[in-house]
Amino acid sequence: MILDFSVIWENLPQFLHGVGVTLQLLFVSLAVGFVWAVPLALMRVSGSPWLNLPVWFYTYVIRGTPMLVQLFLLYYGVAQFEAVRASLFWPWLSDATFCACLAFAINTSGYTAEIIAGCLKTTPPGEIEAARAAGMSRLQMYRRILLPSALRRALPQYSNEVVMMLHATSMASLVTLADITGVARTISAQYFLPFEAYLTAGAFYLVLTFLLLQLFKAAERRWLAHLRPQRR
Amino acid sequence: MVKLEVDDLHKRYGAHEVLKGVSLKADAGDVISVIGSSGSGKSTLLRCINLLEQPNAGRIVLDGEELRLVPAKDGTLRAADRKQLQRIRSRLAMVFQHFNLWSHMTALENVIEVPVHVLGVPKKEAIERAEHYLAKVGVAHRKNAYPSHMSGGEQQRVAIARALAVEPEVMLFDEPTSALDPELVGEVLKVMRDLAQEGRTMIVVTHEMGFAREVSTHVMFLHQGLVEEEGNPREVLARPRSERLQQFLSGNLK
Repeated sequence: MILDFSVIWENLPQFLHGVGVTLQLLFVSLAVGFVWAVPLALMRVSGSPWLNLPVWFYTYVIRGTPMLVQLFLLYYGVAQFEAVRASLFWPWLSDATFCACLAFAINTSGYTAEIIAGCLKTTPPGEIEAARAAGMSRLQMYRRILLPSALRRALPQYSNEVVMMLHATSMASLVTLADITGVARTISAQYFLPFEAYLTAGAFYLVLTFLLLQLFKAAERRWLAHLRPQRR
Repeated sequence: MVKLEVDDLHKRYGAHEVLKGVSLKADAGDVISVIGSSGSGKSTLLRCINLLEQPNAGRIVLDGEELRLVPAKDGTLRAADRKQLQRIRSRLAMVFQHFNLWSHMTALENVIEVPVHVLGVPKKEAIERAEHYLAKVGVAHRKNAYPSHMSGGEQQRVAIARALAVEPEVMLFDEPTSALDPELVGEVLKVMRDLAQEGRTMIVVTHEMGFAREVSTHVMFLHQGLVEEEGNPREVLARPRSERLQQFLSGNLK
C-alpha cells in the first residue's frame, strides 16, 4: 500500500479554509448555545414547575434525539412548508451555515443547561445560607454566589461538551458545508483517496482538540484554583 | 440601650415544638451565651432571629425597628417586606459552625463581598476595612488564600472578619468552635474574647463553658424549647438552681 499525500499537500489551502469553517461553526454555536443555556439552567433549578418543567422537556427532547436528525429537520424538513418559504426567515433558513449554527446551538444549549443546572444544584447549602444571612437579595445571590461558583465547577464537564461539539460540527458537511470533513469528502471523491483525505481530516480535529483542551486547562488553573489541592 | 429584643418566639416542625416561647434582650455591649444540650432549640433560636428559619410566633426588634412579619400558609411567619428583612439581616452578622465561606473567593474577597455588593461601600475603602479586620483576627497573611487551603481555625477567623466587616449592630455566633479540631478552638475563642472586650453585642450559641463563664455578661440555659435558667454566668454556672442545669453542667465539667 502506498499513501499519496502529494494531493493533500496541494489541497492544503482548502483544508485550512475548512478549519476556518469548522471553527466558525463551533464558536458561533457555542456562544449562542451558552448564552441561551444560562437562563435555561436557572429555570431548570427553579422551584416553580411552570419554569422548570418546560426546560426539563426541552433538554429531554434535545438530549433524546440525534443531532443529525435535528439538523436535517431544520435544514431539509422545515423547508417543506410553503409558509416557511414565504416567511421573513427564509433567507436565513435556506442558508446552510445558518441552519447548522442554529441546530448546533440548540443542541449544545440543552446539554450545557443540564451541566450548569447540575452545578447550581450542588452549591454547598451553607454558602447560600451565608449569602441569605448577609442580606443579599435573590438576584445578588445568583449573580455573586451561585452562578460564579457553578460556572467554575462546570468547566471540566463543559470542556467535554466543547470537544464533543467540535466533533459534531463534522455533520455540517452533510448539509453542503465545506468544513474540515466537507473538504475531506470532496477531495476523497475527486481523487479517490479516501484514506489520505479522512486521515488528514482526523489529524486536524486532533490538533484542534488538543488546543481546546489546553485552553480549558488554562481556564481551570485560573478559575478552579480554589478546588485544587494545595502545594505545600 | 436595647440593641436586640426577641419576644416570645415559638417554632414548630410539624407536631414537634422546638421553641416554646423564648425571649431575650441584648443591650449594647452584652454578650449572651446560649447553652443547652443538643435538641434544646438553641441553634433554632439563633436562626429564627435572622429568619434563616421561620418562627411560628414571636417578635424580633433590632435597634428599635421591629421586623414586620406576616403569617404564611403553613403557619410560619414570613417577612412582610423583603427589603426590610435584607436590611436587618445585613446589620446582624452571623458566624456559622461550618464557617460557610464562599469557596470560590479568596479570604479578602469573602470579607469585602457584603460591604461592596450589599452595603454599597466603595471597593477601595472595603479593602482597607477588610485588611484591618483580617489583621485583627490574625489572618492577614492568608488574605489571598482560598478557604479550602486554610485550616478550620483560619477559616473561622476569616468568617469572623467577614462578619465584622459589615460593622453589625449584633453578631450571632452559631456554635463557632464546634467543628474545629481541639487545638484550633483556642485561637477562635481568643478572637471572640477580644470582640467581647471591645463592647460588641454578641449572641453566642456555644458548648464552651469556659467562654460562657468568663466572657459573657449573661447566660441562658435552654431545655426542651424553654429558658430553664438564666442570669449572671458566674452565679448561674457556679450555683445552678434547676436540676436540669446541674445535670447538664456535670456532664460538661472541664
